[in-house]
Amino acid sequence: MKWILVTVMVVATALSDVMQSYEMKNAGEQSLKLRGLMRLLRTIARRRFLILAIMCMAVSFFSFMALVQVEALSFAVPASAASFVLETLLAKLVLREHIGIRRAAGALIVLCGVVLVGG
Amino acid sequence: MTVSEPKTGAVLKVSAVLLLFIACKAVGNLSLAWGMKHFPESMSANPLSYVRAMFDPFVAAGVFALVLALLVRMALLSIADLSYVLPVTAVGYVVAAFLGKTFLHESVSRQRWLGTALICVGAAVAGSTIHSKAGGKTK
Repeated sequence: MKWILVTVMVVATALSDVMQSYEMKNAGEQSLKLRGLMRLLRTIARRRFLILAIMCMAVSFFSFMALVQVEALSFAVPASAASFVLETLLAKLVLREHIGIRRAAGALIVLCGVVLVGG
Repeated sequence: MTVSEPKTGAVLKVSAVLLLFIACKAVGNLSLAWGMKHFPESMSANPLSYVRAMFDPFVAAGVFALVLALLVRMALLSIADLSYVLPVTAVGYVVAAFLGKTFLHESVSRQRWLGTALICVGAAVAGSTIHSKAGGKTK
């Protein structure tokens, strides 16, 4: 059961992150002041991929809630990083971000760490 | 300073938002985990059980902190690349292991600590690249 929850959480997170990044880049730089947060909420309401991203995030969150009830926090949180490689790959393929050797190597080392933590 | 180097102000801004995100996420995860572990009902496919859990004060505080973390992360994504944000925020996994051991009395094995150390190294390697949206380019 725990691996089903991890899978649902990972896929939903990867989809949500890519859609968020895509829309936030188009929306431009955001401020964290009160007026900026209001503008951010308006941006969320206007952009369909952000709404979809939040729906994916909700699925991921409920899976996390169920997971954290039965598993250790020190497992549940690192297990969520299994989405890491998928997201970095999608960042390159979908968002056309430049992934240099150091950034790719860093991502792979993080993945190795996540495997050890989850193992 | 060359044209390709990031401006100090932009780097500081990204770092400050990054720290705020990691703090909100850590507090949110701990509070949520504490609340869920002490919640008497086990979660099922029924959405009502999740709604009921959200009325637990610790779960509610965790949800609030995580929603705040989400907004901060969105702001972060507007000033830094996703492929930069992902590895650097991985430090949060180490924080989660530490909080789990300290506050939830979880047993964290040597293998799990080794994994958290590797996550730190990976985050440091990826974090040492210049995030292009802050005014530079990736290495």
